[in-house]
Amino acid sequence: MCGIVGLFLKDPELEPELGRLLADMLVVMTSRGPDSAGFAVYGGGTADHLKITVRGPNLDEVAKALAGVAVATKRDTHMVLSFAASAEDQVRGWIALTRPDLVVTGTGKRIELYKEVGLPRQVADRFALPAMAGTHGIGHTRMATESAVTTDGAHPFSTGRDQCLVHNGSLSNHRSLRRKLEHEGLNFATDNDSEVAAGYISWRLREGDSLTAALEAGLEDLDGFYTFVIGTENGFAVMRDPISCKPAVMAETDQYVAFGSEYRALVGLPGIEQARIFEPEPAHAYVWERN
Amino acid sequence: MPAKEQAIMVDLAVTSKRDLNAALHALPTNTNETHWRVANPEGAHALAAGVNAPVTIEIDGHAGYYCAGMNQLATVIVNGNAGVGVAENMMSGRVHVKGDASQAAGATAHGGLLVIDGNASARCGISMKGVDIVVKGSIGPMSAFMAQAGNLVVLGDAGEALGDSLYETRIFVRGAVKSLGADCIEKDLRPEHVEILSQLLTDAGVEGVSPSEFRRYGSARGLYNFHVDNASAY
Repeated sequence: MCGIVGLFLKDPELEPELGRLLADMLVVMTSRGPDSAGFAVYGGGTADHLKITVRGPNLDEVAKALAGVAVATKRDTHMVLSFAASAEDQVRGWIALTRPDLVVTGTGKRIELYKEVGLPRQVADRFALPAMAGTHGIGHTRMATESAVTTDGAHPFSTGRDQCLVHNGSLSNHRSLRRKLEHEGLNFATDNDSEVAAGYISWRLREGDSLTAALEAGLEDLDGFYTFVIGTENGFAVMRDPISCKPAVMAETDQYVAFGSEYRALVGLPGIEQARIFEPEPAHAYVWERN
Repeated sequence: MPAKEQAIMVDLAVTSKRDLNAALHALPTNTNETHWRVANPEGAHALAAGVNAPVTIEIDGHAGYYCAGMNQLATVIVNGNAGVGVAENMMSGRVHVKGDASQAAGATAHGGLLVIDGNASARCGISMKGVDIVVKGSIGPMSAFMAQAGNLVVLGDAGEALGDSLYETRIFVRGAVKSLGADCIEKDLRPEHVEILSQLLTDAGVEGVSPSEFRRYGSARGLYNFHVDNASAY
């Protein structure tokens, strides 16, 4: 069992509240996943800048070494490095050469991605999620059933720029799909089946699919149980497997689209009493995008 | 008209769900505390599950999983939506969801009446064993899967694989059926079925809908009866 949540804002006035709302949703899902938690937030960004979120020890040393190249924002075990897009090779080169122990959790213009072992409340507070602003975000609370409780096993998984995915369920053909995707040039950081799903979507998007087309292709190629919530730079998507094995409930108002594994996760959202509450249909790609 | 007795108010923002359910479980069948109202349910699970007394419990808001599960004798009204497995394994009584119901509504229920004013999603009435279910909206895929007894009445449409591996449950659908599951076939709507349907529509408070608008589906009895051609296999 796991809990997943997502919040995609339509109303810019709610953007300063994104982190607080997402944190509350995440914490309600503790009963579905008390082992570890993670989230991705799409905050501010500019066309000619990049952000890399890294995780590892001695982050102050990273900030110092890259001073003048990247602006470093440390949050507990993670650090966001923000730099001119032209400096990407320099930053990546330095990490590869000097700090290969660092784990890059996410890269993009706007994405920041944090995950840790522990209760969702603790994880949200360690990274000061409630204070984060943004247009959309997704989160996951994990109850590990098959693999170890480690930070690597926590969601979201990011396998492409500004792309990330959270998954409730399990895939049965992830090994063969992984080989196929590796053949296509994708790299995976973990043995996790959900990372393969993320990689699959990234691959389809890379090949020119729209987010909707990528998800619809996934209905054919992904075998197993899943409810996915996916973030891209400007988009937010939800899809459930053809027998809707894993729970999902959504709420939509003029201000936002919200997803929760259970309705309880949505009760703190503004205007929820008037929201259109619905259960996403199985085998249907739901996509919202900002222009 | 007699004055309505004062309802017992339980605010789940103040009282814990365990305390609510414990109080409901403690009710003797001859209790005078026959009307309960629950405020701020906020999608909590197992609300009014396991009640065994002829009382009315109104839930003012959305309920989570297994609301009114295992119900006996009680009338449970959800003034909102209900999560997975509403009235699962109900034995008797009545459960009325004013909004939509999530998956597996009325699953394995043996008796009583489940009325859903909105839609019910996947696997409505899965393995139902005698309950009557009336859905005023539509139902999702794989509904009445392995349903054994009772009646499932749907005023709207039914999703894929309706009645797959069905036993003796009667299914009545007024709208379109996306597809029938294995061993589920359309059958004639005979006078005795019109009578059953008519009574269920009345019980569910449905007006202005004629039983003749429905089509009946049931088991072809090809899967669960032993076929003599297979005798040589033993």
